[in-house]
Amino acid sequence: MFEFEFMRLAFAAGAIVGLLAPVVGFFLVQRQMSLIGDGIGHVAFAGVAAGYLIGVSPVWTALVAAIVGAAAIEWLRAHRTAAGDQALALVFYSGIAGGVVLISAAGALNANLFAYLFGSILTVTRAELLRIALLGLGALLLVAILLRALLAVAIDEEGARVSGLPVAFLNGAVSMLAALTIGISMRIVGILLIAALMVLPVIAAQRVAWSLRSTMGLSISIGLGSVLAGLTASYYLNMPPGGAIVLTAAATFVVAAGLETLRRRV
Amino acid sequence: MPLALELDSVDFAYEHGPPVLRDVSFEVEAGEFVAIAGPNGGGKTTLLRLALVLARPTRGRVQLFGEPADRFRDRARLGYLSQRAQLGVQAPATVREVVSAGRAARNAFGRLTAEDREAIEQAMERVGLADLARRPLSRLSGGQQQRAFIAKALVSGPQLLALDEPTAGVDVEAQEALSGLLARLNDELGVTILYVSHEFGAIEHVVRRLVLVRGGIVFDGPPSSLPGVWHDPSHVHV
Ligand SMILES: Nc1ncnc2c1ncn2[C@@H]1O[C@H](COP(=O)(O)OP(=O)(O)O)[C@@H](O)[C@H]1O
Ligand SMILES: [Mg+2]
Repeated sequence: MFEFEFMRLAFAAGAIVGLLAPVVGFFLVQRQMSLIGDGIGHVAFAGVAAGYLIGVSPVWTALVAAIVGAAAIEWLRAHRTAAGDQALALVFYSGIAGGVVLISAAGALNANLFAYLFGSILTVTRAELLRIALLGLGALLLVAILLRALLAVAIDEEGARVSGLPVAFLNGAVSMLAALTIGISMRIVGILLIAALMVLPVIAAQRVAWSLRSTMGLSISIGLGSVLAGLTASYYLNMPPGGAIVLTAAATFVVAAGLETLRRRV
Repeated sequence: MPLALELDSVDFAYEHGPPVLRDVSFEVEAGEFVAIAGPNGGGKTTLLRLALVLARPTRGRVQLFGEPADRFRDRARLGYLSQRAQLGVQAPATVREVVSAGRAARNAFGRLTAEDREAIEQAMERVGLADLARRPLSRLSGGQQQRAFIAKALVSGPQLLALDEPTAGVDVEAQEALSGLLARLNDELGVTILYVSHEFGAIEHVVRRLVLVRGGIVFDGPPSSLPGVWHDPSHVHV
C-alpha cells in the first residue's frame, strides 16, 4: 500500500497523531476531564460548517473553533458560573446544534463532510502534512517543556498552588493542547472520534502500568499502534480510518482490563 | 528569632457564609513546632489555608517571613500536606514520581538537575521510603502514603511546613513514628512546623506550644497549662 503517495502521507500524519493524542489525553484523563475532548470536538464541528459557509478551508476554521471552545470551557470552569460538567454540556450541544444549522445553510451535507467527521486516508495532502507536522511538533515541544509542572498539578493541584506554580495557566495550557490536537488530528481520525483516541489508550495503559512514566510510554505505544493498524484496515477494507482506529484502541482497552483482572486473581 | 508567620487581627468568611475565624492574631517564630487542635469545623484547615495564601483574609493581614503573604514569591519555602491528601492521578504513580513532583516548586520547567535528584533521594531517605522508591503509592499502607506526601512537601527544602491532620486513619504506631520524624525535622533542619491534629496524644510530648482553634484562637500556650476541661482537645465544647 505504500506505493501510493496518499498512503505514505496518511501514515506520516497518522504517526504524529498517534503520538500526540495520548500524550495530551493523559492530562485530560488525570484531571477527570475525559469528555472535554468530546466537547471541543463538537465545537470544531461547528467550525468545519462555518468554513464551508464562508468559503475558508474547514481545517483552519475548525482549529479556531476548537481553541475558542476550549477557552470557553476553561473560563466557565474557572469562574464556577456552572459546574464543570454543565459547562461541558452547554458547549457540547451548542457546538453540534450550531454545526447542523450552519452545514444546512451552506448546503454541505455531503461525503466530504463525512471525511471531516470520521477521517479519511485520501485527504492528507503534502501541504497538510507539513501543517500537521509543524503544529504537532510544536504541541509535543510544549508538553516536554511543561511536563514536570503539568505532572505536579495533576498529582496534587493544591500543593502545586502553594508552591507557586501557575496552576491556572497550566490548566489552560492543557485545554489549548486538547484543542490543538483536535485541529491536527481531524483529517485522520475525524472530529467525532478524536477524543476517543486521546482517552482510550491512556485508560488502557493505566490498567497495566506500574508508574506514571510507563503509563505514558504504554499510552503512546497503544495510540501509535491503533492509528497504524486502523489506517491499514481502512486501506484494505475501504472504511473510514477513524472507526478502525478507535475500535482498535477500544479492543486494547478490553485486553488491558482483562490482563489486570487476571493479575489480580493470581 | 524572626517571624515565619504572622496573622494580625484576621477575620475570614467563605463567600456568602458566616464568619469562620474572627480576630485571629497569631505569631510563629522561625523554628517553632506548633500543634493546632480544636473541634471539627473550628477553622483549623482555614487557618492553614490563610497562612499558605490559598485563601485571603476578609480583614486583617497575613505576613510570611516578614513579607505580606500575597506578595510572598519564594513559595518553595512553604511545604503543605493537605487534609485527606490523596493522589490527583488515577494512573499508578511511584513514590519517586510523587516526591519528584514536589521538586517542581524549585525547578518546574527545565530538566531535573543533579541537585534535584539528590534532594529527591534525601527526602525519601528521611521518611524511610528509599527502599520503596519504585513502588506505586496504591500499593503502600496509609501511613507509608502519608510519609510519601511528607517527602513530597520536604523535597523543595521548605522552612515552613504545614500538615493538616496527617495521621487521620493511620495506626498509632505510624502516628508515633510521624511525630518522631517531625520532631527531628524541626530539631535538625530547623523547619518551622504547623501540625493540625485531632489525635493529640501522639504529639503532646514533642511540642512546646499548642493552639486551640474554635472560630478564633481560644488557647495558646504550652500543652501542660491547658485547662483541665479542654484536656481532650478534640472534644472542646466551650
Ligand atoms: N469551601 C468552603 N466553603 C464554605 N464553607 C466552608 C468551606 N470550607 C470550610 N467551610 C466552613 O468553615 C468552617 C471551618 O472549616 P475548617 O477550617 O475546615 O474547620 P476544621 O479544619 O477545624 O475542621 C466550617 O464551618 C466549614 O463548614
Ligand atoms: Mg480540617
